[in-house]
Amino acid sequence: MNTESIAAESATQTAARPPEWLRTLGRCTRYLGIRTIVIGLTVLAGIYAAIWVTNLGGFADEIRRADIRYSIVMAVRGLDVMSTEERMAFLDNLYEAGYRAADLDQPFWKRSFRYFGNALSFSLGDAHHMVTGSGSDDVIDILMDGLPWTLLIFGVANVLTFCAGLYIALILTRRYGSLVDRTATLLVPVFATPPWFHGLFLIVIFALLTRILPFGGIVDNPIPSTQLGYVLSILKHAILPITALTLGTLPHAIYANRALFLIHSTEDFVELARAKGLASHRLRLRYILRPVLPAIITNFALVSIVSWQAVIITEHVFNWPGLGEVLIEAIRSNEVAVIVGAVTMFAYLIGITVLFLDIAYVLVDPRVSLGMKGRS
Amino acid sequence: MMRRLKGALGVLRRYPTVGISLLLILALIAVSVYTMVTIPLDEAVDRWNAHENTWWDIPRAVPPAWTNLFRAENLPETILVSTSTAEDSIAQIADSVWTSETVISFDYEFTTFPSEIAFYYSLSYVAKKPQLTLTWLRPDGEEIQLYFGAPRRGRTRLRIDPEEVLGEAEPSEADGRVKALPGEYTLRIDAMLFEEGGLDLDGDLVLFGGVYGLAGTDFSRRDLTLGLLWGTPIALMLGFIAATGTTLLGFMFAAIGAWLGGWVDATIQRITEINMMIPFLPVILMVGWFYSESIWVILGFIVGFSIFSGRLKTYRAMFLQLVNAPYIEAARAYGAGSTRIIFRYMIPHVFPALLPHIILGIPLFVFLEASLAFLGIADPQLLTWGKILSEAREALYMGYYHWVLGPAFLLLLTGLSFSMLGYSLDRVFNPRLRDV
Repeated sequence: MNTESIAAESATQTAARPPEWLRTLGRCTRYLGIRTIVIGLTVLAGIYAAIWVTNLGGFADEIRRADIRYSIVMAVRGLDVMSTEERMAFLDNLYEAGYRAADLDQPFWKRSFRYFGNALSFSLGDAHHMVTGSGSDDVIDILMDGLPWTLLIFGVANVLTFCAGLYIALILTRRYGSLVDRTATLLVPVFATPPWFHGLFLIVIFALLTRILPFGGIVDNPIPSTQLGYVLSILKHAILPITALTLGTLPHAIYANRALFLIHSTEDFVELARAKGLASHRLRLRYILRPVLPAIITNFALVSIVSWQAVIITEHVFNWPGLGEVLIEAIRSNEVAVIVGAVTMFAYLIGITVLFLDIAYVLVDPRVSLGMKGRS
Repeated sequence: MMRRLKGALGVLRRYPTVGISLLLILALIAVSVYTMVTIPLDEAVDRWNAHENTWWDIPRAVPPAWTNLFRAENLPETILVSTSTAEDSIAQIADSVWTSETVISFDYEFTTFPSEIAFYYSLSYVAKKPQLTLTWLRPDGEEIQLYFGAPRRGRTRLRIDPEEVLGEAEPSEADGRVKALPGEYTLRIDAMLFEEGGLDLDGDLVLFGGVYGLAGTDFSRRDLTLGLLWGTPIALMLGFIAATGTTLLGFMFAAIGAWLGGWVDATIQRITEINMMIPFLPVILMVGWFYSESIWVILGFIVGFSIFSGRLKTYRAMFLQLVNAPYIEAARAYGAGSTRIIFRYMIPHVFPALLPHIILGIPLFVFLEASLAFLGIADPQLLTWGKILSEAREALYMGYYHWVLGPAFLLLLTGLSFSMLGYSLDRVFNPRLRDV
């Protein structure tokens, strides 16, 4: 087939079909639609599995029963007209009624679906002991109180890890085998510790010894009177948690990206481009970075999932009142409803993260926009 | 086999970090063996969990002794003087009234103060309380009366203010601070007795040091060396079991899925995807708080969750490349069964790539245990670094750095040695990374 006929054929195709960008958009939308449904179903299955694990052989039920007994005893306090035996029998009746009202006489598999529905819609009722800063004891309010703080440090730290991970890895690849590269590779194991561990040292260095930054919390005491002062104070408090989170995930990201770049820079077409005498920054961006990006995003999705677990402990180290602190407090005060809510929230967040990275994957993967088969 | 081993050794020689990390790991193992041989675990846990009185003669929250090397003025070590070696002289001064005098003395050669001074004594008598006077004699001739009265039976602690009894009369001219006066000090115990038989008093004068042992002590006067030593074998064991367990099992499932394909593979893949959406740490926290604090139960859950992780997908990709390899086809041609192909051909072939994963997994799990302990989930029957670290968290704000730095250093050392080895082996076993 000569060039003319190819041109002619593609011209007829363009005339017959909708424009190329529209088809690409359609394919991407369909792909993302399917991925949203798959991830959504996976999240649902994960939450349902978590409900079974959470019940831990009936232990959570035991806590619920104890809660019911406690509220009943509290309600009939001071009822001294009966003898002890009468009183015990009376209370036992009330307990049974309370269990029935909470469906605790049903087998767990039946109730699990109800808990599942409640968890999904966050209609978890009121907490027993925990309240928000503004005094609400609604579970959803308690969770929403912590969520923005968690999103703040998680978001900033992950964007930092992603960008800095790419940038530093590219620099190291360019100077492969140099002193900088070898030092960096040696330092990776030194810094490959969890964020809270970095946090301890950051607190010692920046809060204890030099007193530049605060130990923890979210805002100065007394609270700054101006809006600007308030925001600046929050940012100042966020520096250490964000740094700790970033330091905890960055070394591995750099190492993994560098390995991908190195492996990829020996591909034939890169060698060819290099032989052609292509400018090195162009070579790096178009011939190495671009084809590797999908793999990097896949790797980064795994890092982000782990990072959601790391946030919990990091918040604890810095007394950062996010979702992780809410969860820890709920576990310590046996707030089953808040625990289920927090676990569900984390599952949703992991699902959203994965979906978000999937969108990014579609944007950078040339195979998706070209409509080629063989996508994983 | 031997040739392959030699080849591997040759490669290892090119990577000095492998040698260094192997030495560090050997040192950690040596410490573990030494600890397990010399201190039985039961005894260690009993001592660690015992009441503060078990450690009564140990200073509270002081740094390790070797820190004196970096100090201009050495902090004192603990001095313990007992009355059991002292002679008491008794004289009868009236009808059924005796006096007794016991003298104990010691040399104090430091210009810094001990962290605390206490005189522990237990007194026994038949019916009539003796009357005691405790007098402190300083090298400059001054006498300080510490106590006058008739104490009860049983063990009593008399706290003594270090600056009052050891301090120089004037602050030093150099920095304006009061220093301790070195020299011979004496504690005189005068008693007036109303019963026959002399004074029955067991006393121990303790000048608690400013430093202690190899690792210092914590707020409950516990010798941190004990906790740090026992933390080593426990960390290594937990890390090794969890890392090997999860990697091998994940590897096995990936191989089975890749080989059998179909619904088996699909099921394993779906379980993995669902498992990745379960917030792992919150669930482990719940297990720890509500169900069992036993490290083995928690370890079981951790391994269970970690098998079906993102790693499994990586392994599956490795195996999928293998499924159509010629030697697998050959094996199939001679009639080998699935089990044989998976366990005799596929797994051994990819195994070298597995080693870095196992080794890199060890510090992950060591740190995971420490993370859980840091959140308050720790086996009461074990001594771990994470447990010490979590107790030390509040102490950090009070400036007791040694308490945090000891376990942190060991955690870092363990993490560093295994990660260094793992990353180096990754380069050794990953030829594409080695040759570029």
